Amino acid sequence: MKPDMTGRDHYRTAVYQTPFHPRSSQLNQLNLWHRWKDYTTADAYFDEALEYAAIRNACAVFDLTPMTKHRITGPDALAFLNRLITRDIAKIKPGRVGYCVWCDDAGKVIDDGTVFHMRPGDYRLCSQERQLNWLTRSAHGFEVSIVEDTHDVAGLALQGPTSCAVLKAIGCSGVEKLAPFAIGWYEFAGGELMVSRTGYTGDLGYELWIDPPRAVALWDALFTHGADHGIRPMGTHALEVARIEAGFIQAHVDFMPADQAIYLDRARSPFELDLGRLVDFSKPNFNGRRALLEEQKRGSRFRLVRLDIEGNKPARSAYIYDRKRNVVGTVTSAEWSPSAKANIALASLHMPWGLPGDELWAEIYYQRELKWSKVMARCRVVPGAFYDPPRRRTTPAADC
Amino acid sequence: MTDRKRIIIVGAGHNGLVCAAYLAKAGQEVLVLEAAARVGGAAITREFAPGFQVSAGAHLSYLLDERISRELQLAAHGLRWAHRNLRTVALAGADEHLVLNGAELEGGSLPHEDREALAGYHRQMHRFARVLGRQHNRRPPRLAAGGSAEAIAAAKLAFDIRRLGRTAMREFLRIAGINIYDVLEESFETPLLKGALALDAVLGTNLGPRSNNSVLTLLHRLSGAATGVTGGLSLPAGGMGAVSEALANAARAAGATLRTGACVRRITLAGDRVAGVELESGEQLPAGVVISNADPARTLLQLVGAQHFETGFVHRVRHIRAKGMAAKLHLALTGLPAFARLPAALAGERLLVAPDPGYIERAFDSAKYGQCSADPALEITVPSVHDRSLAPDGQHVLSAIVQYAPFDPRASSDAARAELLDRTLQVLERYAPGVRSQILAAELLLPADIEREFRISGGHWHHGELALDQFLMLRPVPGAAQYAMPLNGLYLCGAGCHPGGGVMGSAGRNAAQAVLGAERAT
Repeated sequence: MKPDMTGRDHYRTAVYQTPFHPRSSQLNQLNLWHRWKDYTTADAYFDEALEYAAIRNACAVFDLTPMTKHRITGPDALAFLNRLITRDIAKIKPGRVGYCVWCDDAGKVIDDGTVFHMRPGDYRLCSQERQLNWLTRSAHGFEVSIVEDTHDVAGLALQGPTSCAVLKAIGCSGVEKLAPFAIGWYEFAGGELMVSRTGYTGDLGYELWIDPPRAVALWDALFTHGADHGIRPMGTHALEVARIEAGFIQAHVDFMPADQAIYLDRARSPFELDLGRLVDFSKPNFNGRRALLEEQKRGSRFRLVRLDIEGNKPARSAYIYDRKRNVVGTVTSAEWSPSAKANIALASLHMPWGLPGDELWAEIYYQRELKWSKVMARCRVVPGAFYDPPRRRTTPAADC
Repeated sequence: MTDRKRIIIVGAGHNGLVCAAYLAKAGQEVLVLEAAARVGGAAITREFAPGFQVSAGAHLSYLLDERISRELQLAAHGLRWAHRNLRTVALAGADEHLVLNGAELEGGSLPHEDREALAGYHRQMHRFARVLGRQHNRRPPRLAAGGSAEAIAAAKLAFDIRRLGRTAMREFLRIAGINIYDVLEESFETPLLKGALALDAVLGTNLGPRSNNSVLTLLHRLSGAATGVTGGLSLPAGGMGAVSEALANAARAAGATLRTGACVRRITLAGDRVAGVELESGEQLPAGVVISNADPARTLLQLVGAQHFETGFVHRVRHIRAKGMAAKLHLALTGLPAFARLPAALAGERLLVAPDPGYIERAFDSAKYGQCSADPALEITVPSVHDRSLAPDGQHVLSAIVQYAPFDPRASSDAARAELLDRTLQVLERYAPGVRSQILAAELLLPADIEREFRISGGHWHHGELALDQFLMLRPVPGAAQYAMPLNGLYLCGAGCHPGGGVMGSAGRNAAQAVLGAERAT
């Protein structure tokens, strides 16, 4: 059946504003915006270094409404997700969230995201890229309803050591008891506020999900009650530093979504993104299973590594060399880490390079007053996140 | 043997029977399950009116593989021929009919140019068809992955094309993807001749003469002349069911067990491999390997279930083009139909109603938009001329392929069936005045009826259009053209696989070899 297009006026709006825009635009002193999917999004509000500092030392608010969201329900919702996603979704109990990737038949990652098991059998799948076509295609043979509800759910990330205290102050009593990746529901402004202890910063933090009409009230409550807790708005620049410190990957940056990759060697498998832990072969079928079993047998072609690089010049887009000066890979993300006090990078290397102890060098180009210079900097392979404060996991969370 | 070793074949079509016979000969324990009351699938002979027998699906044998016939000793298992090498008569509305015997034209007033062109056309098309024929008994190469065996297979295919010689190779590559209408226009003048040649290219397909790819379907049809038992259009004694009976005898003799009336409800799984089948009766039959003679969509999406395969694969299987466009007409007649100006001695040959390519194209146009052809094109046989076992004394059976009939008619099935029957009889009456008064019983099978009777999704003879994108290593879908499906222990052996349909048997033989190869490897 063709959808009824009469009365649609979406075409009048080229770029949406999120429900928080009336407030976020007031705070955006720099008037720096970019387009994230269909929405205008702040790069930075007042000073990206200070916004970053708020993430690690107080708390910062990020508008994640543009994140693509899907509501997945129906008798086969679990079976559908288990066939779609490489990990075992049955292990994500109601009230829990799981990080996950999904692959094409060739075992290459299409996207990563989070599965929220809200109420029993009622799932939300958040993704970086638009996925409705792939999800709908994957639904054949399942009794499942898939609705993309990106516009119907407003979302904020509240990240940083004082985030729990702020949530308690706006009325989320008991929120400190939420374990990492748990979901809680709280009454707010005459409705429901869903809070998950999740985020993209590797710190103590939460994501807040609410109906758009009550979005501004939530923003106001956070900034009113958060004033004494050092709350700040943050843009994507500050978040970028935090996510690289946490070692998190991003589509189109650290990997090419398989369904958009044209060159055969551009896509990556979960193993090649250091996400083998998200692949559960005990499930009899999921997209990519056969190819990934084969890859496990024959070996992967690439390895994603975290690098600690000498010096202080970010190794953005740098080639990585072995000691014989052969190119063995490239940096996908790089920043100076204020918290780790280190020059950090994520890199995709050809196998077999990237084991701890390998001698690797980054070729870094940098500019000073229009003059380009090059430095070869020694790299050290680091296991795990660059910055991983214990408060990220401590439960109950610190609430002061 | 344990159940783990047992091989179950779902469906006793001719390919299922061939596959069973080869596996049983190789010492495997084979159980063939057929939903219908008799074996044969769409190669059966059945009564459609009291005392009248007809080949209810395929009605001519022209592709049956010589090698299979020899290796399975089909003659020793009862296969006899009522007639080999039927001639083709292109029926003319008012003028002289054309009688074609291969490249030869018998009688007729064809211009000299067309006669010469016919010889050249015949020679060239059969040469090209032999290239296809040589691929029938080979597993198609894999394009993406592969070791040396795959490279050799691909090289063989390339070599077969290359060794046509430079000029012929260029011509082959030029016409393989285009349409028969344009090719015929290049060579011939006489509309009746072009019509007859065009009909061969589109019989059983979802193509009109002006649809691209209709040269490939012609070459496929002709490929039997190179590899076939008879080299021509032939009638098995007792109808096409006799081919199936001989294959069944060969399978039984080799040790396979055949069960009819055993309809498989689903293919059961244990973890990531097949565990056996469950029948409609609820009976569970365990097996280590399940080979399906059913079409790809039915096997994969219904018998196994889309949820047990990966998204991309399911998407490709769901979009296999497999809508049949050919209807089948069966008439029980009080006597031999009298075709105007046709000597009675020729009434048993293959008779075509396709006065010119435009006639066929117009017939196709209607069906393309959900309507039955106003003036359908016909391939008519009266097998009882050669085989008296099919009809009571003095009476006759007429079997015709009627093109075109849509799979999803805009009208109800009953209305469409009645309408197409009436139109077909009107056309017949034009060529054989008085035939309507000879009719004792009539049966018309629309593609949807063919789907129902023979359990072929879409009612397509070939379990999927024989198109370039569904051919060789792309058949039934890219990445699964090696008979093994992406589910451990599951194989396909039907016409949906390389090298496609027509009563050939090569898919069944190739599948058996794929299974034996894989079982040896584990």
